[in-house]
Amino acid sequence: MCSNALGQLACRLFTKARLQWPCARKQHRLLNPRLLVQNGRMVSHSTVDPAEVRKFQALASRWWDEQGEFGALHAMNELRVPFIRDNLLNVHSVQQMGRPLSGLRILDVGCGGGLLTEPLARLGADVLGIDPVQDSVRIAELHLSHDPALRGRVQYRACSLEELIEEEEEVKEGFHALLASEVMEHLADLNTFIDSCHHVLKPGGSLFITTINRTQLSYILGIIFAEQILRFVPRGTHDWEKFISPVELETLVESTGFSVQCIRGMLYNPVSGTWSWQQSTAVNYALHALKRMEDPQPHRVQTEGENVDEAAHAAGQ
Amino acid sequence: MFTLRRISLAVAVGRPCVNVTVRSVNGARLGNFTRGFSSTESEEESGKAQNDVYDIIISGGGMVGTAMACSLGFDPNLQSKKILLLEAGPKKEMDKAPEVYSTRVSSISPGSATLLSGLGAWDHIINLRCKSYQKMQVWDACSDALITFDKENLQDEMAYVVENDVIVAALTKQLQTLSEQVEVHYRTRVVKYTWPRPYQVSDSIPWVKVTLASGQTLHTKLLIGADGPNSMVRKEAGIPTVKWNYDQSAVVAVLHLSEPTENNVAWQRFLPKGPIAMLPLSDTESSLVWSTSHQHAEELLQMDEESFVDAINSAFWSNENQSDLIEAAGSLFRTALSVLMPNGTSTRQLPPSVAGIGPKSRVMFPLGMGHASEYIRHRVALIGDAAHRVHPLAGQGANLGFGDVACLTQVLSQAAFNGKDLGAMQHLLEYETERQRHNLPMMAAIDLMKRLYSTNAAPMVLLRTLGLQATNALPPLKEQIIAYASK
Repeated sequence: MCSNALGQLACRLFTKARLQWPCARKQHRLLNPRLLVQNGRMVSHSTVDPAEVRKFQALASRWWDEQGEFGALHAMNELRVPFIRDNLLNVHSVQQMGRPLSGLRILDVGCGGGLLTEPLARLGADVLGIDPVQDSVRIAELHLSHDPALRGRVQYRACSLEELIEEEEEVKEGFHALLASEVMEHLADLNTFIDSCHHVLKPGGSLFITTINRTQLSYILGIIFAEQILRFVPRGTHDWEKFISPVELETLVESTGFSVQCIRGMLYNPVSGTWSWQQSTAVNYALHALKRMEDPQPHRVQTEGENVDEAAHAAGQ
Repeated sequence: MFTLRRISLAVAVGRPCVNVTVRSVNGARLGNFTRGFSSTESEEESGKAQNDVYDIIISGGGMVGTAMACSLGFDPNLQSKKILLLEAGPKKEMDKAPEVYSTRVSSISPGSATLLSGLGAWDHIINLRCKSYQKMQVWDACSDALITFDKENLQDEMAYVVENDVIVAALTKQLQTLSEQVEVHYRTRVVKYTWPRPYQVSDSIPWVKVTLASGQTLHTKLLIGADGPNSMVRKEAGIPTVKWNYDQSAVVAVLHLSEPTENNVAWQRFLPKGPIAMLPLSDTESSLVWSTSHQHAEELLQMDEESFVDAINSAFWSNENQSDLIEAAGSLFRTALSVLMPNGTSTRQLPPSVAGIGPKSRVMFPLGMGHASEYIRHRVALIGDAAHRVHPLAGQGANLGFGDVACLTQVLSQAAFNGKDLGAMQHLLEYETERQRHNLPMMAAIDLMKRLYSTNAAPMVLLRTLGLQATNALPPLKEQIIAYASK
């Protein structure tokens, strides 16, 4: 049943992608041979880019050094944790003092060393962190193993979102929230990824994305300054071609059955080592979207899936 | 739901290391997997360690440490945290105030009183014993210069004089109501602290290890050192202190006044050997803090009661140190000021005379000043006298400590609400910056005062005479000083 659904999903994606994204670069990515369908089932069902996996393998041991390569990510928690917490608390009420997010299941996609996973678990959420880089997951597990307060509320898996979906028992219940923080810019196939996000969320569930815009400014700040001059981000971390603009992302997310709640710009100050919210989304930005309640679950039932396709076409045009 | 649920069950039966392996096997389905633990021994050790990991351990259950424990215990954002207070001494309980006053008293500013009432301890203090004063008079032995501080009308309290034991007892009573939130171990001595590396490199334990005299070891994500001026936490963390001894000792005693008065003024007179202060305890009793040379302090301690009382009275009343020159200059300046600002001068009041002292209440201790150059390290924060020790002349010691408590609580509460690791440097630095910004000017001012008044050289005396009178004539400046000292 699962493989059937995935086959349908893949077929649907091809049609949708052509209509939605006339841009040649994107199409090229979608026609990636890894996504070819064989016997109604994807050969490789991953949106992960193997070159990206290798990049992070080399850095895995440095995840928890706040002064090190991932310092900017540590500092980003100042913005993203309150962003996630407050948006979730708008929907779900606090049940336990000191653990405002208790009772919520969160999926942290691309969890790395668990930099965002642990803070949310500390707020009481049950968090599943997944990352295709085995070494990062091992660091995350090691870090977690010392903290009994988090035990039972965090689980890590070395896998991609698509691999997780295959094991239906993990996702059947659905998550209240899915985080893809600083992940989009490392993916090979955004459309499939957002579809998968939609699949694993409960109706009304929250999708949180933070990523980098594709602008000249983001090229100058994100690549030239951050990686080459100031070097607070490891060289080669980012590929500007893979960045996505908020408009593109919003269109994609809206057309996949989400309603976008807000998009906010973020800016990193490498001198103070702190992030701040900005009006402008020219460099970094955060997005919060809710999975539409009234939406039928597109991947499960054939007829409903077609309806969504039509809706997606309309949105795409 | 998650497979980790199974794992936590196994932890409960005491084999946590096995669980790690269970999880690895789960993970192994998804790729080639190798496990990082090097030896069974280290697994065993980290397994044991995890049973006793606290979020916060406070070392030292004095006024400031106990206040810290209460303050953290009451904070809503820290409700789910594991907090422990370690105190070497016994539990100090007090149902009613003892007959005799203790010589160790603190001047509690309105700001500290607000903190204590927020913790519910202030009502207990009122019920036990405390005395407020509305006015403070500070004057010089070498001239007639004086400065008075009071709130606009005499309705508002400038500060309260409370025995340290009363404060600790009141806080202890409140802490009992927090037994769900805060664990307290009395008569528990720490023998060693072991610090973690700044970030996790291998399977080393990332927490501060606290070894108790009993041999038991505890782990904590954040250690708060509230263990006084000779702080072991500070020393073991290797935090350098700027400190010097003043070559002074303080003699403290409980004074019986010759007749009952309203007794709502704190008196302080700067003598060439150091300041002498009298703080009200009740209508008929006051507390003495006399800072003077070691030798003179010894002499004061050896004297019979009658001579000691005479010495105190003469210290407050005598004019023997005044010189005609300074007197003339001072009175000229005063006259000039009174022409410019008719309300700028105060008339000197005389302190009540002392008739006797409380039995066995005379005690002396050496005075010094110290300031830790850092209040925090990775997973460590210092509060109270462990971070800063001041001369008692301004009555600010306890207040600076309570200010630390309020600030650190606020910072940790916010950190918890942001899901942070409580021992992380980032928010601890906020605490350090904010407190040093407040404490350092206060300490510098107190030290300057002490130095300015430790001499009877004419130029210095003239300088301070004019300075004190000018300050007295400028209400906005005085208000600033009061506001700063009231925090």
